[in-house]
This record gives sequence, C-alpha cells and structure tokens, in this order.
Amino acid sequence: MRKFKWGHLYLVLVFIMLYLPIFYLVGYSFSDGERMSHFTGFTFRHYGELFNDPRMIQIVLDTLLLALLSALIATIVGSFGAMAINRTVKPVVRNTVLSLNNILMVSPDVIIGASFLIFFTALNVPLGFLSVLLSHIAFEIPIVVLMVLPRLKELPGTMLDAAQDLGATNFQVLRDVILPFITPGIFSGFFMAFTYSLDDFAVTFFVTGNGFQTLAVEIYARARQGISLEINALSGVMFLFALLLVVGYYFIQQGQSARKQKKGGR
Amino acid sequence: MKKLIAYVAVILVICLGLGATSHQLAASQGAGGDKVLNLANWGDYIDPSLVKQFEKESGYHVNLETFDSNEAMFTKIKQGGTHYDLTVPSEYMVEKMTKAHLLVPLDKSKLHGLNNYGHYFMNKSFDPGNKYSLPYFWGTLGIIYNDKFVKPGSVAHWNDLWNKKYKGSIMLIDSARDIMGMGLVSLDKSMNTTDTATLEAAKAKLDAMSGNVKAVVADEIKMYMENNEAPLAVDWSGEASEMLAENSHLHYVVPSEGSNLWFDNFVIPRTAKHYKAIYAFLNFMTRPKNAAKNAEYVGYATPNDAARKLLPKSVKNDKQFYPDKTTMDHLEVYKDLNPRIVGVYNDLFLEFKMYRR
Amino acid sequence: MRKNSNVAFYVPYVLWLALFVIAPMLLIFYQSFFDINGHFTLGNYVTYFQSGTYLAMTFNSVWYAFLITAVTLLISYPAAYILHYMKHKQLWLLLIILPTWINLLLKAYAFIGIFGRDGGLNNFLGLFGIVPQQLLFTDAAFIFVAAYIEIPFMILPIFNGIEELDEGLINASRDLGASPWQTFTKVTWPLTISGVKSGVQAVFIPSLSLFMLTRLIGGNRVITLGTAIEEHFLTTMNWGMGSTIGVVLIVAMVIIMFLTGERNKLKKGGKHHA
Repeated sequence: MRKFKWGHLYLVLVFIMLYLPIFYLVGYSFSDGERMSHFTGFTFRHYGELFNDPRMIQIVLDTLLLALLSALIATIVGSFGAMAINRTVKPVVRNTVLSLNNILMVSPDVIIGASFLIFFTALNVPLGFLSVLLSHIAFEIPIVVLMVLPRLKELPGTMLDAAQDLGATNFQVLRDVILPFITPGIFSGFFMAFTYSLDDFAVTFFVTGNGFQTLAVEIYARARQGISLEINALSGVMFLFALLLVVGYYFIQQGQSARKQKKGGR
Repeated sequence: MKKLIAYVAVILVICLGLGATSHQLAASQGAGGDKVLNLANWGDYIDPSLVKQFEKESGYHVNLETFDSNEAMFTKIKQGGTHYDLTVPSEYMVEKMTKAHLLVPLDKSKLHGLNNYGHYFMNKSFDPGNKYSLPYFWGTLGIIYNDKFVKPGSVAHWNDLWNKKYKGSIMLIDSARDIMGMGLVSLDKSMNTTDTATLEAAKAKLDAMSGNVKAVVADEIKMYMENNEAPLAVDWSGEASEMLAENSHLHYVVPSEGSNLWFDNFVIPRTAKHYKAIYAFLNFMTRPKNAAKNAEYVGYATPNDAARKLLPKSVKNDKQFYPDKTTMDHLEVYKDLNPRIVGVYNDLFLEFKMYRR
Repeated sequence: MRKNSNVAFYVPYVLWLALFVIAPMLLIFYQSFFDINGHFTLGNYVTYFQSGTYLAMTFNSVWYAFLITAVTLLISYPAAYILHYMKHKQLWLLLIILPTWINLLLKAYAFIGIFGRDGGLNNFLGLFGIVPQQLLFTDAAFIFVAAYIEIPFMILPIFNGIEELDEGLINASRDLGASPWQTFTKVTWPLTISGVKSGVQAVFIPSLSLFMLTRLIGGNRVITLGTAIEEHFLTTMNWGMGSTIGVVLIVAMVIIMFLTGERNKLKKGGKHHA
C-alpha cells in the first residue's frame, strides 16, 4: 500500500512535534549550567542533586499517588455518571446535566481553587492530602464523562435488548455488555484524568496545606527564582520511567491477549 | 469486567506502595512530632543547606511549603486551615496583612542581632518600627540591557525607553504597579499616586512607548533575556541578578531619578503555633554568616549590613544591586493602596496591554 | 423497570454535581453581585457589558479558542486515522499521551528555547540561509503551542470513534465505486462525528479560559477572559468582578452546549430503551 507511506511520514512528523520539547528539556538536564539557556558541557551533576533531595523525591511520590488515586475514583464515578446521562431521554435535561458537567472545565483554575477553599474551610475539612484528593477528583470527573459518553451512545440498543431477552439481570448486562463495550472510553478517561491531575497547580495550591505539596505547585513556585536544571533531570527520570512502564505494560498485555484470542482475533 | 477489576487492584496496590514509601521518607526527614517549624516561602528562596544546618543545630524540623503569589498566600491565611508559623510576603502585602489583622507582633526581646540590619531597610512606611516584620531580601525596579544590542551608558533613565530607535525591543514585567509606576516616575510623579487624572496621564505616557514594547511577560522574562531574545527589559533586581549570572552581556541599571524599593519580609501569621522554633529560626537567619551564605545562594541583596560585609568584593560593591546613596534616596516603597485605586491601576494597565501595537 | 434499580451507582455522580459543581457555581454567582468593598451591586455586570475592553476580551477568547480547536482538529484527525491502521496502535496511542505527563510550564519554557531568535528552529533554518525570524509573540506561535498541548485530548476520542467504525462499510463504499474523498465525506466522517464532537468539547471548552500561554508564548499580545479573571482573583483581589467574568464564561459554555447538543435525540431515541 503506497498511500500509507505518506501516512507514516505524517505520523513521524506529529511524533517529532510532540517529543521535540521533551528532548529539549531532557537534553538540558545534562548541561553543566544552571538554567535552560546555553548548553555548557556535559554532566550528571543535576541527577546527583535530585537523588540527594529527599524532599523532592517525596513530592514526586505524593504527586503520583494523588494522580493515580484521584484518576481511579474519578473514572469510576464519571463512568457511572455518563451512563446516567446516557439514559436520560429529555434533551433539555440531558443538555442541562452536560452543561453542569462541563462547568469545572470552563472555569479557570483560580476560580475553582478559591471556591473550593471557601467550601472546605466552611465545612471544616482540614487542608491537606484529603482536600487535594477531593478537588482533583472533582475536576477530573467531567473529562471522564466526555470520554465515556460517545462510546455509550454507540452502544447498539439491539445488544441490550438481546441480553435482556435472554434473561440477563441488570448487573449481568452491565458486566457482560456495557462495560466491555465502553472499556476504551474508560481507559481514555482514566489517562486524561491522570494528566489533568499532574498538570494542575492553581487548584492544588489553594486547597493544600500541612506540608502536602505536589510537583506542579513546586515548579510554579520556583519560577520566580528561575527553574533549576534539577527539575529537568527529574523530568528526564520521570519520562524514562513512564516510557518503560508504557512499553512494558503494552507487551505484557499483548502477550496475554494473544494467548486469549488465539482462535478469534485477526 | 474481570480485566477492569484487575486494573483497579493493580492501581490500588501501586498507590499503597507509593503512600508507604512517601510516609517513610517523611519520617526519615524528621517530620511529625511537635518540634517543627512550618515555613511558607517562595520556591527555591532559601539555601537548603542552611535549613539542614538549622535542623541539626536546633532539633526543629522545617516543613517547607512554597507559594508563587503574595495574593494567593494572603487568601489562604485569611481563610484559615493553614498552620504556617512564618511566611515571607512582600512589603505592600505586609501592610495589607497588618490591616486585615492577620499578623502577630514580633517580640523584640527574643530577637538578637537586630542592629545587623542597615538603617535603609528598617522602620519603613509599610511597617513603622518593624512591629511585625523583619526584612529578608530587598531590591529595586530597573532596566536590564544587553550590550550586544545597546551601548552601555545609553540607557540610564526611564525616559530613554521612549526613544524611537528601540521599536519592538523592550520586554516589560507583567505588573500593573511597576509599569504604571515607571510611567509616573517618568512624569516626575510619585509611584504611590492616587489621583486618577495623574494616573490617566501616566497611562497616556505609556501608550506613547507601546510601539517599543515587544512583550509583557512574567517570570519567563529571565529565560527570554538570557537567550538574547530582546535588547531591553524592565524588571526587578532579583530577577535581574538571576539573568546576569547566566548571560554576561546583560547589565542592570536603576534610574537615579527614582524607582521602587521592595522588600520580602519574615512575618508571623496569626496561625502560628511554634513560637520557640520561630524565634530560633529568625535569630539563626539574622546571624551574619548565615545571612551571607543565604544571599550568595539566592543572589538577592541582603538588608543585613553585617552579612553584606562578608560577601565577596565583587558582590558587595556592585552598584547594580547595592546602588549609591543618591539613587537610594530617590527610591520609593509601595504603599498598600485603597482597593479602588488598585483597580484603577490594573484597569489602565490592562487597557495599555490590550490596545498596544 | 431498569430505571430505578441501579440508582446506587449514580449517587456519587449526583453528589459530585451537587457539592462540587452546583454549590461552587452558586457561590460564584453570589459573589458576582458584590463590589470590592463588599457592598451588594449590579455594577460588575454593568461594567462588563458597557466596557469595550471586556467585550473585546470575550471576542478574543471565543475566536482564539475556535482557532486552537480548528488547528488541533486539523492535525489530530489524520493522525488518529493513520494510527488506526498501524500495527501496535494501542502502544502508539499511549506514546501520544505520554508527553502530557511532563509539566506544562517546562514544555512552554522549552518552546521559548526552540522558537527564540537564537533558538533551535532559527539555527536550523539558518542552515538553509534563512535569516532569524521573530517567531515568539506571534499569533502563529501561540496557537501552535496551545494546539500542541491539546492534541492528545483530541486524538484520543477521535481514535476511539474510528476504532468502532465498521470496516465493512468502507469496503462496501469503495466497492460501490465511491472515490476515497466520497467515502470519507459520506461514510467515515459522519460515522466518527461523535468522537470528533467529544474531542472538540474537550479542547474548545478549556481553551476559552486559557491564560498562561497567552502570556508565556503570546507575550500578552492577546488578552483573553482567562487572563482577566486571573488578574481579578490574584492581583486586584476583586473577586466580585472575577466571578462576574466567570459567570459570563459559564453562560457562554452553556449556550454552546445547547447549540451543539443533540436536539435530534428523539429521532434515534428508539435505539435505547426509554
């Protein structure tokens, strides 16, 4: 197929574009300077600084814990929410719920952060991991709904009817028909939620306290002083780790499904 | 379904592992317990080795939280829910926090070495008699130029920036008070002007230079100037010192006709609990040796004269960051203005930014 | 009959709507009626609708959000389509998401380095004898970087949309003599539109309140509502005015939702059990 060669070229260009800034960042983590401006000689110094900085390592662990846990909970809540929305019949109700759903996406982070802060202090929720976790779950739910909903819409009604006619209970329908069908949407939702959590600083800043700090907040707070290359080194480590995780995960999963689908698949 | 449940289980296990490791790390750093000091500071604004030294010497563990804006920090302390023992607001914010009754007065009897601080930096209008605050670092507002594009000495005053030859060459810091203040000083007015007509005049004056403005940016201005992106910039001395350290073509001037004098200060917010630790820390940071070490790490100018004496000659005699007496006498500290006036400053600045070209 | 049985599953979502959406929204709405001294007023709305500055900002926000979404879609759709035919497509998809896990501010700083006058791109162009160009602080650079940030959010839903496309339909269309373009406009595009829609929503809605990149890469040449809100909350501390703009943004979003929402739901309604 000749046509696909052009397609591959296009994809290569997209990937170059996506990874160019990342390589730029990681490249500077080996620079012997202090900032990302002029490359001055090769060194591993910044990696040494990083691994001798327990505060920074703790921040990274807390950030990952927060992102994973909040994305997981948001995905569960959001997926069921999407099912609820999908089930409403009246367009007005549907559009209203969807609009409400999107409010947190359109509101700038400072507004969300400030109102959550007022909300938590009014309810006497102590600021710290819990308040940050709740806030992250809150602003991740809408993106999960947006990712799961289109998949649900494509669910053929005939499939559900058939299942019901065969005497399946609601739970069985959910388990055997709906969930398998919307799994790709659920995964997208989870990944996007995870991304939202990693990127957020404004909301987190307002609702955190008691020493709980995330990486994004730390990086923004460092901007006034100039971001040191230790942060670049950290990005390099995290990037490599994520890359290994993704590739490793993929091939493990690939092996499993190959075994399972021996008769079916293509 | 089974697959999904397996994923959930794996994620939960990972979370557990992360949580446990983080907890252990926190414990190994000495967190928990009551011998602590909760410090809220700007990011990377204290030498970490000094923090370690303090912890070792005094036995208190320092919990460091960082913030990136005075106003956001103010909001959090005002709302409650935080447990900060010490924080580091800028001077106008000290005044605002005082007015909002958010600060606890300093107990001078527990502070040692107050006479290490220079007289230029104490008893300023934002906190008469230093009732609530102790200066941490100070600086000015000025002009940064790149000698690759601008001849040294050709830009020394605010009005030089209006020169037509600098079309599209100037980067401005995105701060209403500072840029409007620059317009005001260029008209020979006070940077604390509250008269609307004068402010309008300053804005009109700024509009006349809008063709020279390349961009209005914030912290990233350092990255731009270090990369030789623009010949000129208006920015604070603290940021300037960071840039100069990275790019030897850059120089900093404080216009002698007047500019802003700013301070970052230690204050005790009313949420404080660990007073013993607070005073131990303030005294530790006031010691000339420590203050000098911190100033070398941070790169800002120290108000601690005894500490300044310990700095290398090239630093302590640097006119760019420790200006001479004439310039010092023309510097003005920002007052915390009435919110309505702050609104006027911001609206005018917003219009200046929007309709430029 | 199924309507009431699984209610327990939806409780968390409804609870979330009530606590984290409706409650804060009411708070924002309430705040928008107070001036900076804490007195009740309608003045914020009057200011908003009488001031050319705010209306211009509103226009900017919608216009640039539109441009960003359009550019993102233009880059993402073909990418998602080609991805669909790749071997190991799930892996490639994950690799498209991966860059989003690196901090946004750092990536923006990297772009400053790449697009600068002395930067990588200009050096590269210099090899071909092109003199250094001013790339930063242009609309093009700003939109490009914004689109860069948003691309994964667009590719993912479109990819999912294409995945569920029945390959047989495309083959049938081809066999019936349709040109590739006809197949695309008549078969592929209409059948993947729901994925496109959710991608457009995931990009357009947050882009309305974009603020950081307008400053970092755009040099504040374009001022959007996001910037104004940021300033009112963090500089002037005029939360009333900030909230007012927030309310306007929310209303704008709701209008867009109703305009693009499904009014024709009843037509295909039979498919789900009413």
